[in-house]
Amino acid sequence: MNQFTLAAVNFAWLPILPLIAVTLGAMVIMLVGPGIDDEDSAGLGLIALMTVLAAFVLTLFTLGENTLSFGGALALDDYSGFFELVILVATAVTIGMSLDYVADERIAGAEYYSLILFAALGMMLMATAGDLIIIFLGLETMSIAVYALVGFLRRDPRSSEAALKYFLLGAFSTGFLLYGIALVYGATGTIRLDPVRAAVATDMASNPLLLMGLGMMLIGFGFKVAAVPFHMWTPDAYEGAPTPVTAFMAVGVKVAAFAGFLRIFLVHLGPVSAQWSAVLWVLAVLTMSVGNLIALVQSNIKRMLAYSAIAHAGYIILGMAAASSHQAGGAILYYLLGYSFTTLGAFAVVIALERAGEARDRISDFRGLARTHPGLAAAMAIFMLSLAGVPPLAGFVGKFYLFSAALNAGLVWLVIIAALNSAISVYYYTRVIVEMYAREGNEIDVKRIGARPALLLSIVAGVAGTVLIGIFPQPYMGASASAFAAAAGRPALKTTAMLR
Amino acid sequence: MPIGIFMFLAAFAIIAGFGVIMQRNPVHCVLALALVLIDLGVLFMGLDAVTLGFLQIIVYVGAIMVLFLFVIWLLNIQADPGAGRHLGLKLFGSIAAAALAAEFAAIIVHAPKIREIRTLPADFGTVAALARSLFSDYLVAFEVTSVLLLAAIVGAIALARKVSAPLVLVTPALSRDVSTPASSASDPAAHRKSA
Repeated sequence: MNQFTLAAVNFAWLPILPLIAVTLGAMVIMLVGPGIDDEDSAGLGLIALMTVLAAFVLTLFTLGENTLSFGGALALDDYSGFFELVILVATAVTIGMSLDYVADERIAGAEYYSLILFAALGMMLMATAGDLIIIFLGLETMSIAVYALVGFLRRDPRSSEAALKYFLLGAFSTGFLLYGIALVYGATGTIRLDPVRAAVATDMASNPLLLMGLGMMLIGFGFKVAAVPFHMWTPDAYEGAPTPVTAFMAVGVKVAAFAGFLRIFLVHLGPVSAQWSAVLWVLAVLTMSVGNLIALVQSNIKRMLAYSAIAHAGYIILGMAAASSHQAGGAILYYLLGYSFTTLGAFAVVIALERAGEARDRISDFRGLARTHPGLAAAMAIFMLSLAGVPPLAGFVGKFYLFSAALNAGLVWLVIIAALNSAISVYYYTRVIVEMYAREGNEIDVKRIGARPALLLSIVAGVAGTVLIGIFPQPYMGASASAFAAAAGRPALKTTAMLR
Repeated sequence: MPIGIFMFLAAFAIIAGFGVIMQRNPVHCVLALALVLIDLGVLFMGLDAVTLGFLQIIVYVGAIMVLFLFVIWLLNIQADPGAGRHLGLKLFGSIAAAALAAEFAAIIVHAPKIREIRTLPADFGTVAALARSLFSDYLVAFEVTSVLLLAAIVGAIALARKVSAPLVLVTPALSRDVSTPASSASDPAAHRKSA
């Protein structure tokens, strides 16, 4: 009979405090929520915001740690810290955009804010996961919360349709991921990521079980990051969802999915990168090209940003195809950072134009905005230029690092295709700017932005991030590179006791 | 477990699996699925995972399948009359499924043989061993699962809850787009309007 001792498990409490804080915050909102009317839900939003701030501060304290906690289930290092911080910022900005939107649309506040926090918890788990089960559970926690959030505009059939589509395709893709995890477990005999790396580093490159598992996991993550050909749900889900949720999906879900994707593939399946980098090459070309080409003809700003998000996933997969070089890893993290601020800001401007019960989400709604609301127009112009990759903004520097890392890895053709794609994308991004500045306006009555301080702050945060990260790239690039190195450099542990 | 019994149970699972997709009456489909799950539970028990086998039967057959049946009766779903429709899609699906099955068969044939056969610990499959594993190696996963279920419950309630009083639309004077029925009808998808 085995003796059961708790000492066998490494309970490192401090590094998981941010996760606990977010969970507690969600529960507090659920407990106080029922007593609050839907119109006054901003108070609940403030509780959520404070929770996220607390988790942010707690995460700052854990930076520099490099531990495997709970017997290897959680990998707490600078990589997880970096992604947790990005996810928490995205969550905070999302909540900031939601305060007035949720009250105006009479969305059930208690459910809305607690689901946002549950989704954030799932995202943070994906970033901190040290084993495949936690990756799966984090992905599910995030996804299930977001499926529901997409359908929150109960009076709008587009919202319900989007939720159903996203749910069905998402559940389908989760099946692929889970099947892949099962096959990798079958091939390596472990679900902890470090032993997986040790196992695949030996003689696994031709093991068909591992390769099949790898392919299935690739499909599962491909759905979540919206890579072509697994992108079909994206435009409908982005268009139908409440706009703050769209922003949350475009940034939070994508960043979290990439956090898991990068850690599993670049770090722990790095030893067999020869087996998957060619697939990513094709995936990157398809994702960039299809995303950019279809974005050209969109007349709805949310659909346009959806295809733009697909295209940006393609650029990031390009970085992954540059295999496990540390330079590429750091560049991807930096790119995600810049992308997050820019995209959040762009969606915040879209929300600023909306009125209760009326989505102003056509690109023609931006016509003449520069005359009536020069501040909003200028912010939107900055976001569009950054997404298009115009210097000196974050989008340009990110692309520069990413493409040069890929060039160093010898992916010349891929970089040429990516550069062509960037050129195409300039067309549809500048179209928004042309509408705002060069066209005669149809005076639209925007609810005064000064009366919505949280939304204003979200836009300011987006502008500040986009400009600062672009103009002073060095500290952010350094942080990104060291964060990736923290995940990649951890010595692979040979054994863990799975069955004792 | 003797290989003969394993083969019998495995073959039975496949036959019952065909029953799930071949029946016209949804109630029969669910009953066939219950059969598959009972069969799997027995397989688990034969592989010494006794607790897991019982849990499989109690949770899936006892709870989830009964729930399926309730939903079918509540929604009064009838047998599918148009069995001959979507033949093209069905053909495509069958080909894709056959390709996947062939791929898996090839993989299983080519997978490296298991080199070492480990003997199971004496308490393998007992409730105590399962509990020990859940509360040590898989503690985080166990706890996160409960949060996941909580999030699912909150989401389901939020979506199933009655829609609160309809929103008062902006007056036509304030909004250029809903001022004339024609303009909103021409582009029904572009604007969110409550009924």
